[in-house]
Amino acid sequence: MERTAHTWEPKIVAFLCNWCSYAAADLAGVRRLQYPPNVRIVRVPCVGSVSPLFILFALRQGADAVIVSGCSPGDCHYRSGNLYARRRFQVFKNLLHFSGIEEDRVHFAWISAAEAELFVKTMQEVTMRVRILGPLKHLKSS
Amino acid sequence: MPTETIQEIAIKALEGKKVDLVIGFTPGTRPLTIRPAFIDDPSAVKKLVWNDFCAINPAKYLLKHPKRVGIIANGCISRSIVMYIMEKQIERRDIYIIGVPCAGMLDKYKINAFWDKKKKKSLSSESGRVLLSGDGQIREYPRHMLLRQNCLSCRHKNPVIYDILAGKPVDENEQVTDPDIEALEALPTPDRLQYFRSIFSTCKLCYACRNACPICYCPTCFAERPDSQWAGKQADRPDPLAFHLLRAMHCAGRCTDCGACENACPAGIPLTKLTRKLNKDIRLLYHFEAGLNIETPLPFSVYNLEDPQEFMLTEELKKTARVSAV
Repeated sequence: MERTAHTWEPKIVAFLCNWCSYAAADLAGVRRLQYPPNVRIVRVPCVGSVSPLFILFALRQGADAVIVSGCSPGDCHYRSGNLYARRRFQVFKNLLHFSGIEEDRVHFAWISAAEAELFVKTMQEVTMRVRILGPLKHLKSS
Repeated sequence: MPTETIQEIAIKALEGKKVDLVIGFTPGTRPLTIRPAFIDDPSAVKKLVWNDFCAINPAKYLLKHPKRVGIIANGCISRSIVMYIMEKQIERRDIYIIGVPCAGMLDKYKINAFWDKKKKKSLSSESGRVLLSGDGQIREYPRHMLLRQNCLSCRHKNPVIYDILAGKPVDENEQVTDPDIEALEALPTPDRLQYFRSIFSTCKLCYACRNACPICYCPTCFAERPDSQWAGKQADRPDPLAFHLLRAMHCAGRCTDCGACENACPAGIPLTKLTRKLNKDIRLLYHFEAGLNIETPLPFSVYNLEDPQEFMLTEELKKTARVSAV
């Protein structure tokens, strides 16, 4: 089958913390809330364990965007993992944007376990923004 | 003159058995270059110099010689030493720091741009002027035209930690900014992408920058992991950009802006663009500069409940009421 421009769909990798954001995604599924199938979920114990290495690796392996989502400050299952992550992500996002990667390709979010609608809206928003940006070509390793 | 003072201090330290080794600088094999010097005997102290090209960071050698060693250190080198003490790589009492106030180091690429590499014979500098002579001519330049970029925006010229100071302290300018970084930040994103792709197009992943960097001392670097391939090894792919971005992140909040990376790069890549951008962000966001104080914790080792989070997408969505706050 011939692939033309309008058959391209963004591939978005979502690193979701097990206790909050992954639970929100699970709740969205249980409640049959529709969210874009472009999102591929990777469950992590805590966003504090998400390293810039993972984010850049996902972009190099073909993801057009990455979103990392965890518990909101104060609610981290491990008390403060998300608080350390917040600093790391702010600096990394600035660095990626500075190096020429569009801002809308790397996102960070706080989504708690009960916020299934917020999860759906966030995924819809990211997918829409990345669809406008187009595929990420210059980081692919092959 | 700094060189003579340093030599006197080094002789006294070696003869008085205060140290077994003094690490400093000695002229390189080609004009206008420098090499590290390892002086273990008072008779060899005459090799030590301090000139306009001392752009390597000899603090890195402290990792191999952590005891009873003297080291020549200006502002950025002394800050690297503070980082080693903080990160428990060396003990303060084991080293004898010979502090040198620094007027900045000259940029060999800027000099070559003004003067054909083959023609220049010698260089001398005095209070704000640099004189290049060779091929029967002498030309004069104001010092700031030939300084390295990170020396132009240096906020700590005097050593922050020392046992003895080899010279009078110089004036600091804590308000200095990085105009080239600000110019890059003001460009549209595609233009910045073009800029970084072009400067990293000559990167061959030789890792000289990482090897020269004092703060990069992991026994197994992330780039050498064959199992995970975080950055890749192919120089004609986007791998160099990935390597430099990730290395910059590993040095974020720890880099003392010595510019040894840029000095070591055989391809002349302006690596301090990334490091100075990160240092600027961390200074503005978390009011932190690396290597000034042994007591202050590193920015990524701590958090503040009030840390900014406007960059988070869910904060943006809640604020613009695209979604109701739960």
